[in-house]
Amino acid sequence: MAIDLNIVIGGAAGQGVHTITGLLAKILVRQGCQVLFVQDYQSRVRGGHLFNRIRLSDQPLLSSREGIDLLVALNQETVQLHRDELAPDGVIIYDASVVKELPAGVSTLALTAGDLLAEQKAAELAINAGASGALMGLLKVPLEPLMAMLLEAFEAKGSEVVGWNHKAAAAGYRLGAAAGNSHSLAGITAPAQPRLLLSGHEAIAVGALAAGLQLICGYPMTPWSSVLNAIGQRADRFGVVVEQAEDEIAAINLAIGASYAGVRAMTGSSGGGFALMVEALGLAGCAEIPLVILESQRPGPSTGLPTRTEQGDLSFLLYAGQGDFPRAVLAPGTPAQGFALTARAFNLADRYQLPVIVITDQYFGDTNFTHESGDFPAAVEIERAIATGPVDGVYERYALTNSGISPRRLPGFGPVVAADSDEHTPDGHLTEDLAMRVQMQDKRQRKLTGLADELDGITSLGPDDAPLTLACWGSSLGPVAEAVTRLNAASTPARMVHFSELWPFPAAAVARSLGRPQKLVMVEMNATGQFNRLLRQETGIGADHLVLKYDGAPLTPEYILRALAGHA
Amino acid sequence: MLPLDLYQGIESAWCPGCGNFGMLKAFKQALAELEIKPEEIALVSGIGQSGKFPHYLKCNMINGIHGRTLPVATGIRLANHGLKVVATAGDGDCYGEGGNHLLSALRKNPDLTLVVHNNQIYALTKGQASPTTDQGIKTLLQPHGVPYPPLHALAIAVAQDVSWLGRGFAGRGEHLTGLYKQALTHKGFALLEVLQPCVSFNKVNTFQWYEKRVYDVEAEPDYDPENELWAYQKAKEWGDRIPIGVIYRRSRPTLEEAHPVLQAGPLVRQHPERPVAALLADFI
Repeated sequence: MAIDLNIVIGGAAGQGVHTITGLLAKILVRQGCQVLFVQDYQSRVRGGHLFNRIRLSDQPLLSSREGIDLLVALNQETVQLHRDELAPDGVIIYDASVVKELPAGVSTLALTAGDLLAEQKAAELAINAGASGALMGLLKVPLEPLMAMLLEAFEAKGSEVVGWNHKAAAAGYRLGAAAGNSHSLAGITAPAQPRLLLSGHEAIAVGALAAGLQLICGYPMTPWSSVLNAIGQRADRFGVVVEQAEDEIAAINLAIGASYAGVRAMTGSSGGGFALMVEALGLAGCAEIPLVILESQRPGPSTGLPTRTEQGDLSFLLYAGQGDFPRAVLAPGTPAQGFALTARAFNLADRYQLPVIVITDQYFGDTNFTHESGDFPAAVEIERAIATGPVDGVYERYALTNSGISPRRLPGFGPVVAADSDEHTPDGHLTEDLAMRVQMQDKRQRKLTGLADELDGITSLGPDDAPLTLACWGSSLGPVAEAVTRLNAASTPARMVHFSELWPFPAAAVARSLGRPQKLVMVEMNATGQFNRLLRQETGIGADHLVLKYDGAPLTPEYILRALAGHA
Repeated sequence: MLPLDLYQGIESAWCPGCGNFGMLKAFKQALAELEIKPEEIALVSGIGQSGKFPHYLKCNMINGIHGRTLPVATGIRLANHGLKVVATAGDGDCYGEGGNHLLSALRKNPDLTLVVHNNQIYALTKGQASPTTDQGIKTLLQPHGVPYPPLHALAIAVAQDVSWLGRGFAGRGEHLTGLYKQALTHKGFALLEVLQPCVSFNKVNTFQWYEKRVYDVEAEPDYDPENELWAYQKAKEWGDRIPIGVIYRRSRPTLEEAHPVLQAGPLVRQHPERPVAALLADFI
């Protein structure tokens, strides 16, 4: 990569770090930069320490990386926590009113309130805009787009606030341009087709909308809430019923009721909230009611680390619920996969009449990625698989069929529809006929055969015959892909195999994709290698080494490479 | 009026003499008189003897899990408010396991009917105390008598401005049919509690016990179901005299009305167009 620049902006919660990062990222994408930014925050609304890491390049980015070229410190803690990551030619841009200690021998650019604005109080509010201006100046990017964005962002607060931000940004820009820097984005040009900047959870939200979602019900919990919020913000525009439930148990049961009545419905949560939903997951399984559930992981057990990331719920999601019942589990690795797999989840749920769980995590959900619009399909095929027309004799909601799939009808559109959580007869009424129980259980399980045959979702990168294979799933795709790219660039042939359709396990496709690796390393974000256990259980193939991470911070290519060096 | 055999369900597994039979008969009568066809109504039940109620009737139905009738019923209403929706729950199901959903429904006012089969005992699990078992009653699990006072669910409902509140008695079929009809046609959340003797596990609160105590509140000289304070007193009255009839009525905006999307008709009949390009435009 000709350009590969890491900017960290840190401050206390409530200082507007997220707002300003969002504005900067959007401007830079419009200018033609490839941008990827990661949010790191604590479980609090004000104070504490939070930071955003923006990576910029002229090449597509799949992952964040370690190291800092430009550090924007809006508090002292930012300097303390990140100084060791600063590159030798790095620059610290800091708010001189609060940052008093700086490391020796490092280039710095002080922003003082007086330099930015005459009005002391206003300058404190506009320090973000000043810092943004300074960044644009340092990187030799035109100022105008920032001014336009500040107008858009602060218009509602009145012309005085816009004025302060504009003055501060212009002053910061002059300081940045005067200071100069070895990095430059001056050569970057805007793309012919505008690119998209969106987070994993935003991609999930629009995937659901594209698939015809009509009702979402949920209870707030980090990190899943951002999906609920993203759909909520679009509800009026796109005709969606969004209902905040009294608890997660109500959320899933309400979604089940809505799906029974015939609309595409969705719920979701994070680990603890999903744990509350489990009994009703079985209801959807037994009553064969289509349902899409988004589970966004955060580190457990119990409350764990509420705002951090992990892939620790896989085993739980695969087996949650009493008894045997079919389900599907999908785990996207990029926003484009998130969009496509969410839309696919709705089709699978309808066609196989079962719950489909889409797994994400805080890193995937909150991280913003740059995409080409061509990474998304122009249209989504919607397969409802609902029977209509006259019924021959008595309608049986759970008719025994070879595929295990019974004709699904909707209540209020013809014959009555009976659905039951008890073991039931084909017409949907409770039974204690034990022979019928076996037939009905077999019927439900048969759905897995057809479903497993159509799952695949495998992404490979690198030479097929590479002696080293790194396997991963879900949000680990980006860091592993970059680690593999770097290994190959350094003449260490390596290959990535990424899995996104996890259950029913596509064992044949997975075994085919893995081949006979000389050395298989599983990379996942949990303490025990949950996917590796699944792989071994379903294929007999197990990893030679596990690269695990469960400290709550995102996976990075550097972490993987260090771990591999340790195994060498 | 529609013929009663239109609603014929599967054979029942209730004990002979169960109070549920009186409820089933009165409910069918109400549907027939209101001319609500089986395909126009959806019943949602949970677990308990009340959970079997929809099976013994021909109608759209989900027999879901314990305590969760109200969220499922609310989901059906939000997806298709062209359907009449009735949640049938027991005292344990609704006042115990699913208490949070009752509080929420009272707040949100979904336009549906909740029928609570109150037999003051857990019958399906063979005789433990329920939230409405009277204090001091000895049961299988409470051999020294239930130490706590019963839950005054009806009083909670009044305190939270329930849109319609009534109580019936399974032993007074005609009166109960009238209550079902009012609850089914009321716009807003209607809570109808029905005293329904368990002949197997509740030897205290028998048909005779209720028969001696219930009185038609609507015949009282001070009858005033629009008066919150009066209704609160009647909702809490329990002992030698137990009021039955319509206790409280209040016109309130419904949950369905709170969702602008639903003004265009039932969600299930809407087919919104959502081009991918329009969805992605926000991210440029």
